[in-house]
Formats: sequence, C-alpha cells, structure tokens
Amino acid sequence: MSILAYNGGAVVAMKGKDCVAIATDKRFGIQAQTVSTNFPKVYQMGPTLYVGLPGLATDTQTVFQRLKFRMNLYELKENRIMRPKTFSAMLSNLLYERRFGPYFIEPVIAGLDPYDNQPYVCNMDLIGCPNEPEDFVVSGTCSEQLYGMCEALWEPNLSPDELFETISQALVNAADRDAISGWGAVVYIIEKDKITEKHVKTRMD
Amino acid sequence: MASERYSFSLTTFSPSGKLVQIEYALAAVAAGGTSVGIKASNGVVIATENKHKSILYDEHSVNKVEMITGHIGMVYSGMGPDYRLLVTQARKMAQQYYLMYHEPIPTAQLVQRVATVMQEYTQSGGVRPFGVSLLICGWDNDRPYLFQCDPSGAYFAWKATAMGKNFNNGKTFLEKRYTEELELDDAVHTAILTLKEGFEGQMTADNIEVGICDASGFRRLEPAHVKDYLANIP
Repeated sequence: MSILAYNGGAVVAMKGKDCVAIATDKRFGIQAQTVSTNFPKVYQMGPTLYVGLPGLATDTQTVFQRLKFRMNLYELKENRIMRPKTFSAMLSNLLYERRFGPYFIEPVIAGLDPYDNQPYVCNMDLIGCPNEPEDFVVSGTCSEQLYGMCEALWEPNLSPDELFETISQALVNAADRDAISGWGAVVYIIEKDKITEKHVKTRMD
Repeated sequence: MASERYSFSLTTFSPSGKLVQIEYALAAVAAGGTSVGIKASNGVVIATENKHKSILYDEHSVNKVEMITGHIGMVYSGMGPDYRLLVTQARKMAQQYYLMYHEPIPTAQLVQRVATVMQEYTQSGGVRPFGVSLLICGWDNDRPYLFQCDPSGAYFAWKATAMGKNFNNGKTFLEKRYTEELELDDAVHTAILTLKEGFEGQMTADNIEVGICDASGFRRLEPAHVKDYLANIP
C-alpha cells in the first residue's frame, strides 16, 4: 500500500462568493487501526490563510514546521503578510527541493488575498505541482469520493452559510465511503473579517 | 602558505575606530562619474555621465545604467568592474526571489540583499570593499522607490540625491529644485540639469545616460530621446 495512505485522512477546500472554506477529517490511524480521533490536518498560516497537509502524519508535522519557519522569516524580512498565491509558490518550492525523496503529503491551500480579498484555493502533488482551479480542490485517501461529492454539490457564488453546508456534506459523505478517513471533521469558513471554525460530528465506525 | 597570508579581513579598525579601507572606497566613489537620482510623483529617474577619453570610443555599446528586473534599474558612481559584479548578483537575487515566491522582488528587498553583499566584502578575508556606490530605482506597491547603497553596506532612501564627482554641488542644487509634486518629465529635466552642474565640456546624448522607472517598468532612454530632453536645456 502507498505510504500516502498509511495514516489516512482527507482535506477539501472550496471557493464561494467573497469567501472560501477548508475542511479536514480528524482521524489519525496506522493502516486500519484508528489511534486518535483528534488529529486535524489543517493549520492556520495567516489571518485569512489556511493549509491542509493530508498524507503521512510525520511529514504533515515536519512540513508544517518548515513552512512556518520560512513564512516567519518572510514576514519579518518584508514586514508584510504573505498572499496565498505567494504561499503556494513557496510551498511548491519547498516540496520540489525534495524531488527525489519527497515528503509524503498532498497539500491544499485556501485563503483570501489580504490585499484584494480574492478567494483562492490550490492543491498540489507531493513534489509541488500546483493546481489552481476556480471551484474546489480535494486531497487525501478519499479524494476520488470527494471529487464525486464536490462535482455533485458545488455551484458558483455560494454564500458563507451555503458553502459550509456544501463542504460539510461533501467531506462527511466522502469520508464515510473511505475506511481510513472520518472520525469527526473540522470546517473553517474564511470571510473578509471573520473566520468560523465548526466541528462536525460524523459516524465513528 | 602564501594564500593564508591574506585570509584575514583587509578591512581592520584603526585605533580611532575608523575603517580606513571604507573611507578609501568612498574616495574612489567620490572620484567617479556623477550620478543623479530623483523621485517624481509618477516615477523615478536615474542619470549619469558616461564620458569617453577618445573620439574613437564606440558609445552606447557599454552602459552604466542597467536593468535588474522588469521594474528595477541601477546605476553607479565609482569603479566599473566592481559594478558589473553587483549587477550580476542583483539580477540573480531578483530571479531567485521570483523563483521562490512567483512574485516580483520588492525594491526594498533587493536593496537590502545587495547591501548585505556589500557588507560581506567589508568583513570577509582576502577581499576589499566595493569601490562603488549604487543608485537603485524601482516601482512597486504603486509608488516609486529610490535607494543609495554605499561600499560599507549602508543604504539610504532618497527623494533625490547625487553621488560621485561634485556630488555636494549636485545635492545643493537638488535641494533648491526639488518639490514633492514633480512629474517624471520634469524630473528627467532636473536630473540632466543637475548633471550639468559639474559637467566638464559639452553635454550630448552620447556622454550621458538616463534611465526611468514608472508603472510600466524600467527602461533606459534611447540617445534620440535624451537628445529631445537636452534640446530644452539652456
């Protein structure tokens, strides 16, 4: 089995009207054995910037720490906060530096641009090939199920409340069809001056 | 070993606390060709004299005003060869930044990095400080920037300044002439007038260089274009 599916987990992000959402499951397992049900894979990197790092849990934590390191230096040196697009480029570089011994994670980035408030979502493969679509991005062990759910449920110009409903249904129903994702979920709705964090209850079997 | 003999820093403190090597570097700058930089409301201009010793010299083949990246340009007073090295380094740093962040390097960032290089040459073993001061102009965040970088690694943000031969006269002239609401065209005019202050001989489109930077980026003016500006100068 792929090392990317050793711990299990899923992350999804979607654009709405003047808002974005990112959601993650909470499971941490070792193959089929669930070890913890409190392991979100999404981290806040800025006032309106989040990154999800599903994949091998050890690499999730290492990549998060290295991202934080590079970002702190950038923000101190330049005395400004990082745009989501810039963050993607930096993460893509970080991953490609390990082209021949990669971190086993497939990141998802979601945020509002701090300068013009444009919604932004992006995902990439484990060596940093970026993908910046206009609708949604998915990643993790149930990415196929997530694609199905997102394609069925997503529509343009969703309001923050509608976006929450859409992304929650997409994640919960996709994770229920994957044995190594789920066990609770966290959803972040990112608006211009407001972040809403909601914990979603799911099947625990 | 002979190579170890100069592996210590050549820039050492004098008993009074001065670094004379840096003062000598500044002397090399003060002996070099005059350069002027002026920030206008809608752009920034850098200009320099580029005088030739012989009529056989092929003008416009080697330039003093250089583009670093799309929105940043640079000029110097002092030693030409040292400048080339800094131009190469600056271009490389601008591209490294773009590769890492996929956004153009802010002028202030480039200046800081170039200044770091210049500082390293005041403290490393076996090297001497650069014999140049740089004027770096750029446009980002919808506004112009103008910086001066000295051999010590110190850098300054100016509204207008002059360096090189007769720089004091140039600065005095600019203090009298400068206003905040200056437009780019007027700034080019003023820059050429400032150069003229200490200019020996006839000023032509072949012995000065002008670069401008605005919202559309940095460019070096063609000699024909410079000639148009010179036509308006008494």
